[in-house]
Amino acid sequence: MLTKRIIACLDVRDGQVVKGVQFQELRRAGDPGELARRYNVEGIDEVVILDITATLERRQALARTIDAVAREIFLPLTVGGGIRSEDDAEAAIDAGADKVSLNTAALRSPELITTLATRYGSQAVIVAIDAKRADDRFAVFVRSGTSDAARDAVEWAREAESRGAGEILLTSMDRDGTRAGFDCEMTAAVSDAVDIPVIASGGAGTFDHFTDVFTQGHADAALAASIFHYAESSVADLKRHLQAHGIPVRL
Amino acid sequence: MIALIDYGAGNLTSVRKALTALGADFVVPRTPAECDEARGVIVPGVGHFAATAALEGEWRDAIALKIASGTPLLGICLGLQWLFEGSDEAPNVRGLGALPGRIVRLRGDAEHRLKIPHVGWNALEFRGPAATTATDTNGGSQLLCGLSSGAQVYFTHSYAAPVTDACVAATSHAETFAAVVERDNIFGVQFHPEKSSDAGLTILRNFLRVCGSQLRVSLDGGQGC
Repeated sequence: MLTKRIIACLDVRDGQVVKGVQFQELRRAGDPGELARRYNVEGIDEVVILDITATLERRQALARTIDAVAREIFLPLTVGGGIRSEDDAEAAIDAGADKVSLNTAALRSPELITTLATRYGSQAVIVAIDAKRADDRFAVFVRSGTSDAARDAVEWAREAESRGAGEILLTSMDRDGTRAGFDCEMTAAVSDAVDIPVIASGGAGTFDHFTDVFTQGHADAALAASIFHYAESSVADLKRHLQAHGIPVRL
Repeated sequence: MIALIDYGAGNLTSVRKALTALGADFVVPRTPAECDEARGVIVPGVGHFAATAALEGEWRDAIALKIASGTPLLGICLGLQWLFEGSDEAPNVRGLGALPGRIVRLRGDAEHRLKIPHVGWNALEFRGPAATTATDTNGGSQLLCGLSSGAQVYFTHSYAAPVTDACVAATSHAETFAAVVERDNIFGVQFHPEKSSDAGLTILRNFLRVCGSQLRVSLDGGQGC
């Protein structure tokens, strides 16, 4: 039986993990390769590197980070955060990324989804959607959540699928950073509308939040960052918790 | 030396990194003639079956010759599919035909929310025993040496091979398909061993042992799994 995936997100700036690293021994474990290796031992299913480097040399810095992580772990590795062109995607994939995650660039140039899916296969193309509730729809935002794209998340997810996306990474901007739980209703709305897997993100605070997003939210995978820094074995503990609640996981 | 075939289907970086981590001696041949000295051949690949058309001609002949001479061959994902006669994904492109059968599109199951593509970690259901050592040829899967039925590996695909006599481990989604095939010196895995953490590295290491490839001494020097 296909298991539900638990994905760790590493927010990286200038080659260092910069978010969710404020706990205990991780304070000095800002090295992405080191953190990824620990997650691998704990049983993480995938790793996402979200690059927030803003310098001109960002592409080379990112390539070094991807290479460092891909040498340490033999798990699916996704890179997002600055993939704006086919060249950006090529650099990330050549450095060792298995998938690239497109966000603003996909909305601005939807044909980029198809270009990359044709070149690397749909399995290598994730479309990331940042959305928040607005009246009776789920409004899509771009540019790190600062700009309303005037699109509905369900409708945009369907289009992304039809253009060749292999997975959807759906982040609830209402829940992100709140630790109040995933937006299960929004996740289910998107997941039920597409045939490709949906990764839920934003709001993870407790193990039960993951149970909820897999049952009520119909998610195929769940992504989180800081929750995994709480305790040394939290990924393993989370998976045991999910298994005890009848959710298939890789142990 | 292992020949890692690059025919433009996806990128080889992940497989290269895994082989490097295992201490394998490998090359990416630029011409089919460079396969002559190889003690093993790996055909990787992700994406559309039509991409295997790039193997038609000299590459196909060179690889068929290697198989006929007893050299071990490992197909990964699209590489496994190419070992069969053809695929419904690209009906006009023939496979190598080293194994009987045809690749078909997987069925989903909307009622149980089983989606296609089949993406993620799923279990290997052994159909027979695993060999006690990777170099044991007296029955039991050499590729699965050191693993147990139920081991989890990472898949990402929409098409798959049927369960035939060559299938040593199957996997179930909405239907059951061949996850590992093995017959004589022909090996194939539908999943990505280079992305399947320790279980995947074990399988790659087993293949390297079958090839008699030189492994780094630090890994371990024995004939075990």
